[in-house]
Order: sequence, then C-alpha cells, then structure tokens
Amino acid sequence: MGEAVIHEDHHDHKPTGIGRWLFSTNHKDIGTMYLVFSLIMFFIGGAMAMVIRAELFQPGLQFVDPQFYNSMTTVHALVMIFGAVMPAGVGLANWMIPMMIGAPDMAMPRMNNMSFWILPFAFTLLLSTFFMQGGAPAGGWTMYPPLVLQLGDGFPFLIFAVHFLGISSIMGAINIIATVFNMRAPGMTFMRLPLFVWTWIITAFLLIAAMPVLAGAVTMLLTDRFFGTAFFDAAGGGDPVLFQHIFWFFGHPEVYILVLPSFGIISQIIPTFARKPLFGYASMVYATASIAFLSFFVWAHHMFTVGMPLAGELFFMYATMAIAVPTGVKVFNWTATMWRGSMTFETPMLFAIGVLFMFTLGGFSGLMMGITPVDFQYHDTYFIVAHFHYVLVPGIVFGILGGVYYWLPKWTGHMYDETLGKWHFWASTISVNVLFFPMHFIGLAGMPRRIPDYSTQFTDWNMIISIGGFGFGLSQLFLVWVVIKCIRGGKKASNEVWEGAQGLEFTLPSPPPFHSFTTPPIVTNATAHS
Amino acid sequence: MSVDKLKQAVFGLVAVSLFLVSGAVLAEYPLNLTEGVTPTSQKVYELHMAILYIVTAIGIAVFGVMAWSIFYHRKSKGAVAAQFHHSTAAEITWTVIPILILVGMAIPATKTLVFMEKTGGADMTLKVTGYQWKWKYDYLDGEGEGISFFSALSERDYEASQKNSGIDPSTIENYLRNVNNPVVLPVDTKIRILTTAADVIHAWWVPALGWKRDAVPGYINDNWTYIEEPGVYRGKCTELCGQNHGFMPIVLHAVSKEEYSVWAEEQKSLQLAAADGASREWSKDELLEKGKSIYSANCASCHQADGNGIEGLFPALNGSGIVNGPQKDMINLLLNGKNLMPAFKDQLNDTDIAAVITHERNSWENTVKDVVQPSDVKAGR
Repeated sequence: MGEAVIHEDHHDHKPTGIGRWLFSTNHKDIGTMYLVFSLIMFFIGGAMAMVIRAELFQPGLQFVDPQFYNSMTTVHALVMIFGAVMPAGVGLANWMIPMMIGAPDMAMPRMNNMSFWILPFAFTLLLSTFFMQGGAPAGGWTMYPPLVLQLGDGFPFLIFAVHFLGISSIMGAINIIATVFNMRAPGMTFMRLPLFVWTWIITAFLLIAAMPVLAGAVTMLLTDRFFGTAFFDAAGGGDPVLFQHIFWFFGHPEVYILVLPSFGIISQIIPTFARKPLFGYASMVYATASIAFLSFFVWAHHMFTVGMPLAGELFFMYATMAIAVPTGVKVFNWTATMWRGSMTFETPMLFAIGVLFMFTLGGFSGLMMGITPVDFQYHDTYFIVAHFHYVLVPGIVFGILGGVYYWLPKWTGHMYDETLGKWHFWASTISVNVLFFPMHFIGLAGMPRRIPDYSTQFTDWNMIISIGGFGFGLSQLFLVWVVIKCIRGGKKASNEVWEGAQGLEFTLPSPPPFHSFTTPPIVTNATAHS
Repeated sequence: MSVDKLKQAVFGLVAVSLFLVSGAVLAEYPLNLTEGVTPTSQKVYELHMAILYIVTAIGIAVFGVMAWSIFYHRKSKGAVAAQFHHSTAAEITWTVIPILILVGMAIPATKTLVFMEKTGGADMTLKVTGYQWKWKYDYLDGEGEGISFFSALSERDYEASQKNSGIDPSTIENYLRNVNNPVVLPVDTKIRILTTAADVIHAWWVPALGWKRDAVPGYINDNWTYIEEPGVYRGKCTELCGQNHGFMPIVLHAVSKEEYSVWAEEQKSLQLAAADGASREWSKDELLEKGKSIYSANCASCHQADGNGIEGLFPALNGSGIVNGPQKDMINLLLNGKNLMPAFKDQLNDTDIAAVITHERNSWENTVKDVVQPSDVKAGR
C-alpha cells in the first residue's frame, strides 16, 4: 500500500503558487486554509475583545463611544462564532475525516473549495460596515428587532453576510455527510467510526436543520426594513418576540454545532494519552445524538424573561434540565476513560483535561440558568457572560487547540516544541480563569451585560477581569510561535506520532500523501478505533 | 458601669468595626445575589443557594475523581493501563442518579415559578414603559391614579459618563444608578407591575425585587411584587436597547403607606400646576431654565450636551437649519418625530416642548434667539 501511495503522489498535478490555494480541491489544502482563516479571525475578534476590556478597565468612558462599544460586542461575537470557531471545526473536519475513514478526499471537492472561499467575502461584507454611515452592527449578535432595524447603511451588509455564512456552512455540512456516508473504507461500519467523525456527522445534520432557519429570520428582517412587511413590527400587526423564537430555534442548536466537534476531539485525545480505549463508545454516540435532538426543544430558555405562559416556562425548564443527563454521561465517560489509565500529559492532553474541567464548570452555571425562576435574576447579567465564555473558550477553543496540537505533527511531519506548547496551555488556563471566573460574581451582584460603563462597586473585579483578558490575548501569541516553528522544522514525526495513538490517520506517513488513501484500507474490529 | 456592661460595649465596638471593615472589603468585591426585600426574592435566593450547593457538591465529587486519576494513574508513576471500556451497571448508575438530582431540583423550582406567576389579586397597578433611554411610570389605579412621569439618568451622572468628562465616577455616590424622578411605591402592598415599551425592547430589573421582565413594544407583560421593607432600591435596564442602554437606571423608593398617600397627593397637585402653566405666557428666562433640564434628560443622549450630535448618527443642533428655521417646522418635528427622532407629543407636555425649543434656539452658535410659547406648541398639535 505504501508503494501505491508514493506512486500516486508522482502523478499529482497540483497547481503551484497562489493557484494551488485559489483553485484547490484538496481536502488538506482547504483544511489548512480554513484553519489559517480561523486563526486570523480569532485575532480580529480578539482585538475587539481587547477594546472592550480596555474600556471596562475602569468606570467612566475613556476610549470609545457607547455606540462603537456596542459594535465591538456585536461584531466580536459574530466574528468569533462564525469566523473563528465554526471554520476551525470545518477545517479540522476537512483535514481529518477523509484520513480517519480511509478515503482519498472529500466527496465533493469543488463544493469544498467554494464553501471555503465564500467566507472571506462574507467577512469582507461584515467588516466593511465599520466604514459606513451609521457604523457597524451594534444591536447585539442576536440581531433582535426593532433595535437592529435602527442600524444605518450597514444593515443589508449584515444580512447578506449572514446569508453567505449560512450557505458556506450548509455546503460544508452536505459535503461531510456525503463523505462519511459514501466513502468509508471497507469494514469501517458506523459503530466503528472515530468519535470525532460521529460528532461531526451529528453537527452537520444540525447545521442543515438550523442554518436555513437563521437565513429565514434575517430575510424577514430585510423585508421588514426595505419592502414594507411587518413580520416583527407590532404596529403593523407583527410580533417582535417571533424573531426571538425563530432566532433561538437556530441559536440553541448552534451552541451544539460549536461544541460537538470539540467533544469529538477530546474523545480522540483522552484515550490516546490514557493509553486505554474510550469508555462507553456506544453511549457516547447515543449521548451526542440525544443532546443534538434535545437541542431543538430548549430554545426559549434564552428568553425566559420575554414573558411566556407558565406552561411554556415549565416545559422549557424541564427540557433544558434534561440535556444535563446526556452531557453528564459524556463527562463521566471521559473520566472513566482516564481512570486506571497510564497517563502522560503532552500539550493535547493538557488542553483536553482543561476542557473536561472548565466545560463542566460552564455546564454547572448552565444548569443554574436553566432553572427558570432563578434565571429571572441571572438573565442578561455578567453571570451569563461568564457561563457562555466558559463553555466557548476553555470548553470549545481549548478543544480545538488540543486538536491542533494533537494532529499538528501529522500535518507538518515535525513534532512541535513541547515546552512552548505547555507554556501556551498554562498561560491560557491561568489567564482564562482570571478573565472569566470573576464575571460570575459581578453578574450575581447585578452588573448587566452589554454596557460600556458601570457602577463603581464593580470597579475592582473589572480591573482583574481586564488583566486576565489582556493576559489571555497575549498567551495566544504562543500558538502562532509554535505553529510557525513546527512548520519550519523540528524533530521528525513518526507515522503513529503518539505512543498510544489509534486510528487510520496514524497509519499514514507524517505528513500524509496528497491524496490520503488511494487504496482503501481494510478495517477490522481489531484495527478499529474503538 | 458594671464590668459586664463594659465587656458588652467593647465586644459591640469590636463587632461593629469588624463588620464595617468586612463590609468595606465586600463592597469592593461583591460576590453574590441579593436576598432582596420581597417574598419572591427570598425564595429565588434560597433556590439559587440550594442549586449552587448541589452543583458545588457534584463538582467536588467529579473533579475529585478526575484529580485522583490524574495524580495516581500516570505513566510516570508506573501505572499500567487497564483495558476495560464498558460497564452497563456504571452507565445506568450515572444516568439514573443525575435524573434523580434533577427531579429534586425541579420540584422547588416549579413551586417558586408558580408562586411568581400569580399576578392576580393586586391592590394597585403600575405600568412601566421603556423608551430610548428612559422609563415612564403610569399609576393606573388607587391613590396614585393618573400620576404619570418619566424617569431618566440624573444630570450629574450623565455629565460624568461623557467620554473623558474629567469627573471621577468614584466621587459620585451610586454612579449610573441615580435618576431625576424615582418611582415611589408603598410597602406591604401587592403591586401588579406591567411592562411594555414604546420603541425597542428594554428590560426592567430591580434585583431586590427578585426578577426582571422584558418590556416589549406591542406586548404588556404582567408581574407582581410585595415589598416588605422601606428603602431605596436601584436597578438597570437589562436588554440591549441602543447606545445608551447602560445609562437608563431604575430607582425605586419603597415607602410606608402613609408616606405614599402624601406623595401621591403632592404629585397630583404638581401635575395640576403643570397643566395650568400651559395656558399662561412664559418669560424667556423661565423657558430657558426649564428647557435646559428637559434637554439634558431627553435630547442630549443623541444630540450631545454641546449640541454637536454624533457624525453619521445624530445630526448637530448647533447651527442646524431646522433649529434656525421657522418655529412651526421645528415644533412639528418634535411633536411627530422623523426616522430615528422619536415623536415627543406623548412624552412631553406643551410647556416642556416650548421650553426645550426655546433653549435650543438660544444656545450655542444658533442665531434666531426667539421665544416659543406653550400656546404655539398647542396650536401645532
């Protein structure tokens, strides 16, 4: 098989120079572009967070106007969700899924190219609004009407950017489903798929179900503004709360679109470094599917305070609490995987353990907010800002970072600098907690979110939070340093890379050939990942 | 003075100073939800603490197992990996136990929620309307029936919150939590509070009452409260409502029923006086004085204190063609609004509008310097 791979490599007519990237139909090159794009957006969104934390360092307004501050929080969220986290997940899927299921490439390579290249255009549309009359979107990433309709010339650009992002995500999702359903190697049955592939299939179905709903909602905003409809205008017989229901019918599955790939990644990493098979493979698959299914029935917990009948509040409270059960199963399974293992703590494992601890912490505050009567106090305060940042940053971003460290030697053929990687982990972990933990306190004590200035009893905590924020921002420079260093050279990585590594991707050379598996491998129970 | 009494005094002094010191420290680092002053807020606080203790206990157990494993089951300690990967018994256990814990949480949560939603049988009703960026309070029945006023951020806080204002916020007590007209409510009374909005969605939140509720245009949400202790309770708008979302606080004075009656009578006579004022001729100085405060409460958040607006968002009034143009057009614009400019006909009375127009036409570099009377505004309606 090795010979066949090398033979095929000779016949690759891959374009060189800029054409290699512009016209690429190769899952690895497209995966790389997704990851690089995601990193750039991570720093752009991060820069906006730094503006926010600089302004909140002390009470009073020092640097920005309230309107620009609102643009910062709004666009920070849009950039981080749609520009950093989602493309990072798709990038990892592109790189790894064909290699993990024994396929040569993705099922639809040209569509793959298009779904990536839509992204830079979409974000050009979105970020160009900063230079328009009326400024960038400032009504929150949730785009609630009537406020969002007050946006100036940037309004249609926001709507079309969201449309493009949705189209890109749907194409990526179709591609992943088509690839996994049709291109698995012989013997790679569904219940032998690596967990990362499983979480991505489920994510892809969520994307296909949820993104059109968002597209519909923003289209209704567009017609309300320009074509005289009144979907969300009470004065015209419409209903502003309707938008919130539609938005969160997308928005809650979106939460799991973001988090499931991270769950998949740490399900690959933990068994490798515990040198022990993943505990409860089947229950992991079923738990992931249950979480995804339940995610369509809990949307109104984002809007408990909007005014709902008691029966509605009770239903959404119970459904939300129910999600804790499959999520708990996953956490217990990961813990049981580590139990009586033979663990080592290379950087990917450190990030995975970070996810395990800090995602669970975010889960606890999530459970608290699911209890409707107490959410009437928590809602729209810094308590929720703490919650979703715990879930998104040490829960999801750490998972992605763990994945990057885990597979980086496979991609580049070189081991990364372990010392720098550990520095990156510890600097990030300490600063992220200084950044987000005190937000619980100021939220409970009554500081609302999305405000550029605050009452003076919150001053000290806000200073500490800002220091944590600057620290976390700076810590990410380690990542750039490690990645560049690793691409340029380093100790040669073996096929297996890690002592306990399992799975088809670790049977290929490091770096892998241009077309991953031109001859499909035969998968048996013994060679399957689980 | 007996030794015992001396002991008591010393002990008391120590206790008080310790309390003050710890109070000062805690004031710098607030940590937790308020217990509040209503039966609802106390139930919510107890529920919050109960759940917090439960998740903390679960956290200690789960993180403890993880930490134990990380510490003892490491390769460097010579741990050899077991190869088990399945246990039906364990998996059933850690599915069933969380379900039981959740049911245990759901029962008190349901009870509290049902209690909070019982809005019937109220002794009086207050309607709260959110505006960009102030609150309007209407007393719909009882002793205060007919009282209606707007409540916006106080002038001093507004000035200090301007970019690089040069005023240190720490010199202002309750910075960003002061208003020009606080809402006054009686204690020991079941009060129904209706929330709605005139422009975009807002949310009315006084933490001491134990809940917040969105104020949505086209909707009237109903809530209730029963305040048990007189005092001043402060809160904020908690739904993003545009640029000055952070600057529309709530101040609630809870007073005894007797004080409330006195206050209600006072308000009604003030409103009668204001209505009378609309029919007489006002001097320029009177109008200018009144206009200045109307301007800072209603206009300055967009058009700015210096009248120069914000480029690309809110037009300047300083040197503006409308402000220096015919009075009739300007009165019409204020009454009926245009684009983002709200219609003030239901928000301000004739005297207020006459005063603020006079103020604007006489301020900054504007040249007309004329006077608009309440009767001119009345004619424009």
